[in-house]
Parts: sequence; structure tokens; C-alpha cells
Amino acid sequence: MAGNIRLEIVTPEKEVVNEDVQMVVAPGELGDFGVLIGHTSFMTSLRIGTLHYTDAKGQTRYVFVSAGFAEALPEKITVLAESAERRKDIDLSRAQSALERAQKRLDEKREDLDFVRAKAALERAMHRIKLAGTR
Amino acid sequence: MAKLKEVKLKISAVTKTRQITKAMNMVAASKLRGAQTSMENFRPYARKFAEVLGSLAEKAGSNTNPLLIPHEDVKKIHVVLCTSDRGLCGGFNTNLIETAEKFIKNRTSENTSISFTVFGKKGRDWCRSEKLNIENAHIGIMGTKINFNVASTTGRKLVDAYLGNVYDEVHIVYAEFKGMAKQLPQIKQLLPIPPVAAAEALAEEQGQHYIAEHICEPSPEVLLGNLLPRNVYIQIFSALLETSTSEHAARMMAMDNATKACNDMIGELKLAYNKVRQASITSELMDIVGGAEALKG
Repeated sequence: MAGNIRLEIVTPEKEVVNEDVQMVVAPGELGDFGVLIGHTSFMTSLRIGTLHYTDAKGQTRYVFVSAGFAEALPEKITVLAESAERRKDIDLSRAQSALERAQKRLDEKREDLDFVRAKAALERAMHRIKLAGTR
Repeated sequence: MAKLKEVKLKISAVTKTRQITKAMNMVAASKLRGAQTSMENFRPYARKFAEVLGSLAEKAGSNTNPLLIPHEDVKKIHVVLCTSDRGLCGGFNTNLIETAEKFIKNRTSENTSISFTVFGKKGRDWCRSEKLNIENAHIGIMGTKINFNVASTTGRKLVDAYLGNVYDEVHIVYAEFKGMAKQLPQIKQLLPIPPVAAAEALAEEQGQHYIAEHICEPSPEVLLGNLLPRNVYIQIFSALLETSTSEHAARMMAMDNATKACNDMIGELKLAYNKVRQASITSELMDIVGGAEALKG
């Protein structure tokens, strides 16, 4: 392999990842995609889910991303997400209470229920819990 | 010596006030640091976002998204007003409210209605006293560490309302942080998204020789449709951060001035106190000397 590609994951609140990595696999809107160095310019929005990458030492790292999009350039891949957390930083208890809240909202079936939002919240919580469970 | 006691009491009162203003100054200073860090952390995201948005807007054409198209007949205007929760920060809130007031005065006519989303107690209280239509009030957010969720929730509501023709235009009033001594009240149009914003992003991008040729998945139009609402959230978030930072800076300045005023006042009072004390000592001495003279006979 020719070398490492720079991975940047940025949220409005902080920079989550900024390092050289061997490979990135991200959950694209139309399917997962992998990025190595020399990738053609590519842009896509991301699903709620897990992005994983192989860091310079060959370790696989996991990052939860939601409401994001990615831009891949030959030298660099940038991920902009509204929230992103490394697997070790996921707050499990918060995710669990978010799951319960979302579930309850969906079960109540109130008139003013914002279905899309509740569903997204549920999905985020489920992905966080699932990812945290693998650490 | 009633006078002496009075002055002493006053000195201790002013000293206590100075203690409080000094403490508030330091609290504001440390919060300001936090707020500035949030602003700095946000900057890379905002910059990258503007870049990407600019290149997509160019590709997809500017009139493909309903968020970019102005409504023909502007009847319902919505204003997002950012103020602080707490006072004691000089003219900060007054300036913001004045800006909002001027704006609605200019835009109000017989067939327009204006509604508000307010951040901060001061703005809410003003809207209430003026009997303005408040649709949403957020208290307890300003001045703390602001979560992006707040901006995206508010933004989503605004975007939905704009698409559903509930509002024809949305503006935001906030305080731009220009520096420690300068906070400028600003008013900006959020919706429809002004074409200038896209153009600015483009200019910035050309300066950086940005590569605009991407393979897009899904199509550029869909991606743009995805990103535009987020652009609104980002604008709101940035306005909130700016206002919050400005608030702390304004409070710091106000408290600094207050502390200085206290120092001056204590100086003056001490002088007065010493004068009175000296006068009393002199008069006592006079008494003693007079008494001694009388005894001598």
C-alpha cells in the first residue's frame, strides 16, 4: 500500500479524530464504502451508524457517527457529523435512557409526535448501545 | 461622632460591593474562556461545511431547493432573538433589543405579522412587556455550554415552518463578538437562505483552490437538500455561541468598570473619613489644652 490517508472527523463541538490511518470504512447513505489513499474525489451523506478505520499501527478503531457526511479526496477524508464519539467515549447509561425515552414516545403514539425525530433518536441510541457493547 | 460612624459604614458597604463585582468579573472571565474555546472548536466544522456547501450549490444550481427560493408575498416574519439570561452586563441586552425593535418597526405594516423565538430571559421579558407574539422561549441556555442539539432542534422547527408556509422570512438577532471591548448587535436573514452566503463560500473556496469535482452519492441535488437545513442549524449555533461569548465579555467589562468605580469611591470616602477623624482629634486636643490652661489659672 502506498501509504496512509489523513482522517478528520469533526463535529460542531469538537474535533474527534485527526490522524493518519491506513483505511477507513464509513456507512454511506447508499451503502458502506472503504477509502484508501489515492481515492477519487467523492462525497456522500452518511447513515447513523459506525465508522471504523485501521490506524497507522494496524489497530481497528470504531467511531459512532450521526447526521453526517463525508468528503474523500486522494490525500484526505473529512467527516462532518452532528455527533460523533469514539467507542470508548460512548456514554452507555445516557444512550440507554435515550433509548427508553424514544421507545416511550413511539409507543405513546401521541398526535403531535414527530415520528421522524423519534425514530432517529431511537436509531442513534440503538447504534450507540450496540457499539458500546463490543468494547 | 455620628458622622465618623456613618462614613465608616459606607466604606464597608462599598468594599463589600467591590468584592462582589470583582468576583463576578473573575467568574465572567473564566466563562468567557470556555465560550471562546467552544467558538474555536466550532470553526473548523463551519469552515469545511461552507466549503462543501459552496461547491455543491454551484453544481446543483441555485434555484433547485425550496429553502433558497424567497416567498413572493412576505406576510409572516419570524425573528429569533438572542439575549442573555442575566443582567449586570452593561448595555448588552439593551443594544440587542434596540436592534430587534428597529427591525420590527421597519418591517411592520398592516398585513405583516411578526412572531418570535427568544433565547434568554431578558429578551423574553421584553417581548412580554411589549405584548409581542412569542412562539418559543428558551431560558437557561445562554451563558452555559451550548449544545448543538439546541440549535438543530430550533433550526428544524424553523425550516419546517418555512416549508409549511407558516413563516415567509426568518431573521436572527445576535451579538457578534468583535473583541473584548466590542460586541456588535447584528441581524441576519436565516430563511430563505440568502444567495450571498453561498457566494461567500464560493469565494473562500476559490482562494484555496478547492477541488470541486466530486462523485456525489446520492445526486448533488439531494445532497444539497440534505445540507441546506443543516446550514440553518449552523447559523443558529454560531449566533448562539457568539452571543454567549459576547455576554461574558460585556459582563467582564461592566464588572471591571464597577470595580474601578468602587475603588474611586473608597478612596474618596477614606479621605473624608480621615478628615473627620482629624477634625475630632483636633477638637479634643483643643479641649484638653483649654482645660490645662484653665487649671493653671
